[in-house]
Amino acid sequence: MSVIYILITVSIIVAIVFFTLFIRAVKSGQYDDSYTPSVRMLFEDELVKEKTKNKQS
Amino acid sequence: MESRCYHCGNPCEDTTIVHDDKTFCCNGCKTVYEIFSENELTCYYDMTQTPGTTPPEIEGKYNYLNKPEITEKLLEFNDGTIQIATLFIPNIHCSSCIWLLENLQKLNKNISSSIINFPKKTVRITYHATETSLKDIVLLLSSIGYEPYISLEDYGGNKKGINRDIIYKLGVAGFSFGNIMLLSFPEYFEVDEYWLNQYKFLFRWLMFTLSLPVVFYAANDYFKSAYKGLKSKFLNIDIPIALGILVLFIRSFFEIVTNQGQGFFDSLTGLVFFLLLGKFFQQKTYNFLSFERDYKSYFPIGITKINSDKTEETIQVYDIEKGDRILIRNQELIPVDGILINGNAQIDYSFVTGESQTVYKQSGDKLFAGGKQTSGAIEIEVLKSISQSYLTQLWSNDVFNKNKEDGFKSITDSISKYFTIAILLVAIVSGLFWYFYSPEKSWNVVTAVLIIACPCALALSAPFTMGNLLRILGKKKCYLKNADVLEKLADIDTVIFDKTGTITHSNKGELSYEGEAFTNKEEVFLKNTLRNSNHPLSRQLYKLLNANDIVAPDYFEEFTGKGMVATFNNHEIKVGSPAFVSDTVVATTTRTTVHISSDHKYKGQYLFRNHYRDGISELFEKLSENYKLIILSGDNNSEKEALTKMLPEGTELHFNQKPDSKLEFVKKLQSNGKNVLMVGDGLNDAGALKQSNVGIAIAENVNVFSPACDAILDAINVRNLSKYLHTSKTSIRIIKASFLLSFLYNIVGLSFAVSGNLSPVIAAILMPLSSISIVTFVTVLTNIIGKQLK
Repeated sequence: MSVIYILITVSIIVAIVFFTLFIRAVKSGQYDDSYTPSVRMLFEDELVKEKTKNKQS
Repeated sequence: MESRCYHCGNPCEDTTIVHDDKTFCCNGCKTVYEIFSENELTCYYDMTQTPGTTPPEIEGKYNYLNKPEITEKLLEFNDGTIQIATLFIPNIHCSSCIWLLENLQKLNKNISSSIINFPKKTVRITYHATETSLKDIVLLLSSIGYEPYISLEDYGGNKKGINRDIIYKLGVAGFSFGNIMLLSFPEYFEVDEYWLNQYKFLFRWLMFTLSLPVVFYAANDYFKSAYKGLKSKFLNIDIPIALGILVLFIRSFFEIVTNQGQGFFDSLTGLVFFLLLGKFFQQKTYNFLSFERDYKSYFPIGITKINSDKTEETIQVYDIEKGDRILIRNQELIPVDGILINGNAQIDYSFVTGESQTVYKQSGDKLFAGGKQTSGAIEIEVLKSISQSYLTQLWSNDVFNKNKEDGFKSITDSISKYFTIAILLVAIVSGLFWYFYSPEKSWNVVTAVLIIACPCALALSAPFTMGNLLRILGKKKCYLKNADVLEKLADIDTVIFDKTGTITHSNKGELSYEGEAFTNKEEVFLKNTLRNSNHPLSRQLYKLLNANDIVAPDYFEEFTGKGMVATFNNHEIKVGSPAFVSDTVVATTTRTTVHISSDHKYKGQYLFRNHYRDGISELFEKLSENYKLIILSGDNNSEKEALTKMLPEGTELHFNQKPDSKLEFVKKLQSNGKNVLMVGDGLNDAGALKQSNVGIAIAENVNVFSPACDAILDAINVRNLSKYLHTSKTSIRIIKASFLLSFLYNIVGLSFAVSGNLSPVIAAILMPLSSISIVTFVTVLTNIIGKQLK
């Protein structure tokens, strides 16, 4: 049953890893602007389309 | 005639330009289109219909960016070769804008990256300073219709970092809460099980460790606020909260040390987590709006000074001295009071008064700071330096140094006084009772009372109600600064309106004609005369006249500030000021007029008057039922008659009010115990907006500028003001109802506590249950109110 020591240590470590990732994400400003990335994400396609169009013409 | 501009979507009126099978309303829009098509950026038009804005004329306006001392302060990063600048661009409004501005490197190879923050309407540009300059970039942006707004405010250089404290704290509390919940679960039901007994020390001490950052970091604001409250002898809501947290922590620690039980670490962390969640929810910020503007956000950083040897030099506005000669170009703001030396001054004082009809000034006339020159360049001699000018003087008033939030007691705070006293009484009485009855339980009971009475639900009801309503009102384009404003709105009993720009349209005037009727021929001639003039009044009059024939005048001459003459087949038409048009006519009104004469015979005059916003009469009618209404206008009393006719009886009208007399007026009302709501728009209302209990700024375009205030309301929703005021009152009622509900929970909890039966599992159920049900209750009710607002 002393495996529980390992299990708990592992679970706490995993939780702490996620917690630090969260803090780092906040620090990098990821949550400061929650709108623009959602729009920016959709641009890639249009750009590619435009480039191929230019090659053809 | 119905064609719309391909670029900006404005109707093409009299000058339609066809290019590339597309119609454009002006050369500016066409040029932008050309720039885009040359650089393969026409994708811009595919994403949104007519996304563009007409580029402004900016010749020479940004010359001050040539000065390294000035640009240095605007830059975020500078190592000589790479520079980074963040520019505020009010025109950013759609996904096309984001796409275009993030592809700036296609237009200027030396820009290495540009990143948009859409909610804030800023673009962060990284560029090679050796190849290009900030000025080039600003000019590029302006030329494609995205003129950045650079003002004196940016110059200070003290850019505030974003405060992300609450997110960190929420993260810490959530992390600990989740883990402690899992660790404490086994002990809820089984107490004397073999394996549990073996490991419970590990579990308990782990929970204790996890709770440390919550108590000492995440909850520290509550301790600070409670300490402040005690120091100023004011029992705020944070005192019972801080007491609850402290007692929870000490008792739990005591329990695990003496091996009495598992403690209340789960309730402790859960409590802090929910409280922080409420705080976070209430903290609705509108990034693209600023509620703190003063004249600095309107004024330019640099200005062109003309030296005595006729050379031009760019200087900072703070360096302008009395006696200097400065050059104001088209579309530039006059930063100081001065005397017009030469040039054609057509000043738009809309920033100051809300009146957008431009004013003509002759050389020798005095010009006040805050006006915007709208036709060509002018030269002025400075009379006063920037801080002493007529308008800017207002900001030296004490009211601008005071913090409005100080001394405001929110509904939660006012109830917490009684709450805290009641809780302490219950704790003492039950403690005494148990002390005589069974002394060993007395400590248990007292701590249990303080724990269970910790006003979590009470502290949550106001933030969630207010936070949700702020969001709902924000969708209706009524942006409140914070939750306190909503509470203050509910207490208002007097509403003061500014006139120009607030209850009238700032850019829409009404024309009426007085005098002899025109013949058809005369009307045609008149219209064709006006066609040749670019004066704003002429343009307005031109649109009003119906005649359609186009006849070129044989002779046309415009006399600046006076009027114009044109002849058609020996018929002469004169348009302009009374003295110009006829020798005998004198101006009879104080309103803006345009006089007309035909063949030396005086015909009559066009009167311009303010156009009142739709629904203003109804709004006043409604408001007059519950509020005292006052109009404070900076204008003369020419509209008095019209106003008294339109507004309900008992509305007070005051004219010729100066900016500081408006402020004093509000102050006087307040000293008579009134709670004043000021509704205004221009910088001349800034003092009154600040002094009043709640100041609402009306904005035609919320992205542009409004003076410091507590709330910004989109002009089209002015008529709904009475509804918003009503909503604020309802919200207070909701909060009161939820207080009642949370008291009920407290009574149930207290009955457990007083009888000495509070076990960790009951606390762990009761606390989140009360919090969550209160939050659901207020959210549902506020959403119902939101629906009714439509």
